[in-house]
Amino acid sequence: MAEIANPSVSIQNLSLNYGAVSVLQTLNLDIAEGEFIVLLGPSGCGKSTLLNCIAGLLDISKGRIFIKGKNVTWEEPKDRGIGMVFQSYALYPQMTVEKNLSFGLRVAGLPKEEIAKRIARAAEILQIEPLLQRKPSALSGGQRQRVAIGRALVRDVDVFLFDEPLSNLDAKLRSELRVEIKLLHRRLENTMIYVTHDQIEAMTLADRIAVMKGGVIQQLDAPQTIYNRPVNRFVAGFLGSPAMNFIEGQLEAGDAGAFTADGVSIPLDRYEFDKDRGSAGKPCVFGIRPEHVAFGDAAKAMPFTAESAVEIVEPMGSDTLVWTKLGGRNFSFRVEAEKTLRTGDPIRIGFDPARASLFDTPSGNRL
Amino acid sequence: MSDQAVSLSVPSGAAHADALGPSGPKPRHIFSRRNIFLYGTLIVAALYYLLPLYVMIVTSLKGMPEIRLGNIFSPPLEITFEPWVKAWSTACTGLNCDGLSRGFWNSVRITVPSVILSIAIASVNGYALANWRFKGADTFFIILIVGAFIPYQVMIYPIVIILREIGLYGSLSGLVIVHSIFGMPILTLLFRNYFTSMPEELFRAARVDGAGFWGIYLRIMLPMSLPIFVVAVILQVTGIWNDFLFGVVYTRPDTYPMTVQLNNIVNSVQGVKEYNVNMAATILTGLVPLVIYFISGRLFVRGIAAGAVKG
Repeated sequence: MAEIANPSVSIQNLSLNYGAVSVLQTLNLDIAEGEFIVLLGPSGCGKSTLLNCIAGLLDISKGRIFIKGKNVTWEEPKDRGIGMVFQSYALYPQMTVEKNLSFGLRVAGLPKEEIAKRIARAAEILQIEPLLQRKPSALSGGQRQRVAIGRALVRDVDVFLFDEPLSNLDAKLRSELRVEIKLLHRRLENTMIYVTHDQIEAMTLADRIAVMKGGVIQQLDAPQTIYNRPVNRFVAGFLGSPAMNFIEGQLEAGDAGAFTADGVSIPLDRYEFDKDRGSAGKPCVFGIRPEHVAFGDAAKAMPFTAESAVEIVEPMGSDTLVWTKLGGRNFSFRVEAEKTLRTGDPIRIGFDPARASLFDTPSGNRL
Repeated sequence: MSDQAVSLSVPSGAAHADALGPSGPKPRHIFSRRNIFLYGTLIVAALYYLLPLYVMIVTSLKGMPEIRLGNIFSPPLEITFEPWVKAWSTACTGLNCDGLSRGFWNSVRITVPSVILSIAIASVNGYALANWRFKGADTFFIILIVGAFIPYQVMIYPIVIILREIGLYGSLSGLVIVHSIFGMPILTLLFRNYFTSMPEELFRAARVDGAGFWGIYLRIMLPMSLPIFVVAVILQVTGIWNDFLFGVVYTRPDTYPMTVQLNNIVNSVQGVKEYNVNMAATILTGLVPLVIYFISGRLFVRGIAAGAVKG
């Protein structure tokens, strides 16, 4: 990754410990001006903790945080130039929407005209004008989250922080608001840091995704790169639904090398090795995504093909997931919903090893 | 009994069961065994508590000749409010013969400032302990809670000396301070638990919005805490109003609270025992906590539930 010249947010050697428990470990992250960064990971990976550290709501153990080139490590949240949106909305229940939006501005002692102007602008952007005089309890979940975003909006800040803002909403509203957040980012062009455990949100919203595990950023890259070239087995398994197929086996020597497992030999002459491939007999894991597997006649043209039988068919509406066995492991692939396959049908599958990923078994790193 | 239950549960012409079996709501038996036990117990318990109150009211409305007849359950033949007037304004307690009125106003002057002071301090304590995790917060909290378990008697004499040294012994303000201090552990616990149960993100949002310690307390937390304040007010008003021990130890005869005066009226060994005056005086003394309960009963239950959920 190239160095970012003037990062909007820069995190340098950040560590956070609770007693003996290390939550974040010497973490470095530079975020460019106007970039949409998604922190993605399973529960307890430290993504929300990192966001709270950036916001100044948690005291850090080591390191520095810069926002807009200013060292804010010891600053109060309000002085950091950030606005934050929470999962539970965190609207003040006794105040109307208008008072909720203006609370921060009133605390800061802004003149009334300025407050009115900013509220009008935020209400217009988020289309919540008719709701201004209502209490939060009289709003639906989607409306509440809009108000919560508005509260960050009126603060006129450089950086927006989102802490799983859509997790409390139902699936339909979630996808609607996801699009709205994307449009909002395009319109405002602010730096946004967005925490989620939902890979769809991450893939659709992010300019870059930081996949986290155990307080460490595993991979920081554009969504497509993370999806197609995961740096380790954790990232490969965490992204993608249905999940990537993994087959355990070892490397074989030869002209271009091959991967063998339980009677299957996959040629690796088209596979792009990351580093040197290591010695023959090295134990490794072969991974291929279900949508990169061809089937039937299309499979014949592929560099690798195999015969197998259908075990389970899972129709998902838009397409169908078919389970079979390859190299002694359960193996799934996607077919169009129109294909009618039954359990026991013999099938031919094939794929291009260039689209696969190969991981070292002990370390889990990409080969 | 069971015959009756069946006939009541299935009124003629409205039978729910037909050839296809039961349909619609299941019939309820009014005189089922469960209901008889339930309501029987409730009625006995209610009588147990209401009967003494009935005797008190009835007796306080009788004249002394009628009381001497000895029919304590019979309603008064001739209703008189003389004992109430006497209890309030002319009964003798020690040297003063102006009834309970003096003690009533003393109690008001003790209770109101004590309640306000103790709740004001304890709510800020609880808020700080719940939301601002300062260094040593847990130790402080444990010390405070242990304080709630130390018997009052242990501290009576040291406090007498402390009050004497700062020149407040025997004054109402001295007693106000004592009540405020002794209310602190339980009230702080109450407020801490309530504020802990509030969503953490609300507090964080307010901090991002730039509100400080007092800003968050006054503008966010206070408006959301009416139920717990009602609980605290009830606990403190009844506790302080009903207090006898501190009242008798830390005040002088002309600053005695109502409870101490009541004791002096009821337990006086001179002259005739005026049961009607004693009853009237007791009811008068108990009236304030009673009124508080009636006014805020529902809020009290809600607040207790809210404060008790998390700890």
